[in-house]
Amino acid sequence: MNRLELEATCKQVRRDIINMTADACSGHPGGSLSATEILVALYCREMNISPEKMNDPDRDRFVLSKGHAAPALYGLLGELGYFDKSAFKTFRQLGSILQGHPCRDYCPGVEVSTGSLGQGISIAVGMALGARLAKSPARIFALCGDGELQEGQVWEASMAAAHYKLDNFTVIVDHNGLQIDGTNDEVMSLGDIQGKFRAFGYEVIQIDGHDFDQIFAAFDRKVTGKPKLILAETIKGKGVSYMENQVGWHGKGPNEEERQIALKELED
Amino acid sequence: MSEMKATRVAYGEALVELGAVNDKIVVLDADLSGSTNTAKFAKAYPDRFFNAGIAEANMMGMAAGLATMGYIPFTSTFAMFGTGRAYEQVRNGIGYPHLNVKLAMSHAGITLGEDGGSHQAIEDIGLMRLIPGMTIVVPCDANETKKAVKALVEMEGPAYLRLARLPSIVFEDEMPFTLGQANVLRDGTDAVIFCCGYMVAGCLEAAKRLAMENISVAVVNVHTIKPIDRETVLTYARKCGKVLTAEEHSTIGGLGDAVADVLIGQGSFSFRKIGIQDRFGQSGKPADLLREYGLTEEDICQAVKAL
Repeated sequence: MNRLELEATCKQVRRDIINMTADACSGHPGGSLSATEILVALYCREMNISPEKMNDPDRDRFVLSKGHAAPALYGLLGELGYFDKSAFKTFRQLGSILQGHPCRDYCPGVEVSTGSLGQGISIAVGMALGARLAKSPARIFALCGDGELQEGQVWEASMAAAHYKLDNFTVIVDHNGLQIDGTNDEVMSLGDIQGKFRAFGYEVIQIDGHDFDQIFAAFDRKVTGKPKLILAETIKGKGVSYMENQVGWHGKGPNEEERQIALKELED
Repeated sequence: MSEMKATRVAYGEALVELGAVNDKIVVLDADLSGSTNTAKFAKAYPDRFFNAGIAEANMMGMAAGLATMGYIPFTSTFAMFGTGRAYEQVRNGIGYPHLNVKLAMSHAGITLGEDGGSHQAIEDIGLMRLIPGMTIVVPCDANETKKAVKALVEMEGPAYLRLARLPSIVFEDEMPFTLGQANVLRDGTDAVIFCCGYMVAGCLEAAKRLAMENISVAVVNVHTIKPIDRETVLTYARKCGKVLTAEEHSTIGGLGDAVADVLIGQGSFSFRKIGIQDRFGQSGKPADLLREYGLTEEDICQAVKAL
């Protein structure tokens, strides 16, 4: 995919996020919109994965540790043909393949079940250990939220990733600065995120999480003998003016009027 | 019945034996590999052993990840931490997506002894029973443990294996082992005892003593608590009418409740549960604790007579 196609895909995924959360009258648009470029960069260029390779043992793996950003993942998987896009309308409804948080038993293309924060990174560490044991070239990518870093398990997993020198493992932190009850600093300060991960043994790269040049440069950085952490500075609600940097748009769907405003802003 | 061996020791041996023929078996521990006996596997197959350190929550996640890569992870630590501390990781990371992870947890129950109530898991069976699709096995001796480990390797899906610290009797009679199929160890007509784990030996001895008083007691080893062998439970409950359950676990949530769940609505039975009566454990010698908590042969005899 070239740059224009990547950007067009982001707009389409953002429209999907708005439509899914509006149809469901629930869901998490803010943290889905902040993660869109990262997801598109992974699935459309960086990772060795496609609907045809869903059972290839050597495919790259993605773990959405911040499982509440499911609308972004679903939107992208649907656009790429992992399942029929008609499922978008069923998001969060009884019997849907699109559960409120991703579950591998329900949705094609979802590698693990996430949603309970802090657990995805551990699972990804296990995948990276498994890939290495199997002598597979598969690389493992995990995306977590910034508020999620408050979970102690993140640091247990980070210790293990460094201990086992997992250089087939990349964590991306979607640092939009907001969580349910307010800003990270109001709720529970994260302090020096880069310093913390460096101290745990990661190669740390800070980028603008909406800038494809910086995202790909971070992916391209060769790191051996240790895991990589990409601290992606993002804007919660990115692309929809009234949602940007608004904590209130963490976990609710837009109403019909708000949907139309958002879709207009997200036109090609 | 002379040989004594702890089920955790048999577990460690089984891992080494099965690890030799199945390279998909991997083992994770949380800094207790000497106690859980996974150290034997670690020594034999260092590439396939992962120490998670004292971080049980992360260990469960790593096991889940390894399972998605086609491996058969066995995770071990004390039952208290493996089922209690890391409960939600087991529930959401392993149970919910039905991953092929085997939780083999040692030092369950009060026979852990001197470490005391903080380390004695008396609720682990209950916690694991609450997870849909979780298979639960409580082996009664070393031989049954080895068969259970093999059966868990051969089945697909999450499972909990409850192991003990204390050396216990190794039964001379080779018992058959089929996952989900209870073993009738002794037939009887007046009462039936459904039991598991450490309590099996005491129940058999109690039944012998009661026989001398002309009370005919059947003893059924319910090694698989989930899915429970409904047919055998119902058959023997109906045949005997008087039902006792015996387990080294809280009377809330364990084997007793699993048997009761089968019997509800199936007729009229006289029913009692032997187990830990809604108390925490405490420090002590295992034999003293068994007396204190009412889990001895004598307690079993009295409970049968009270039915």
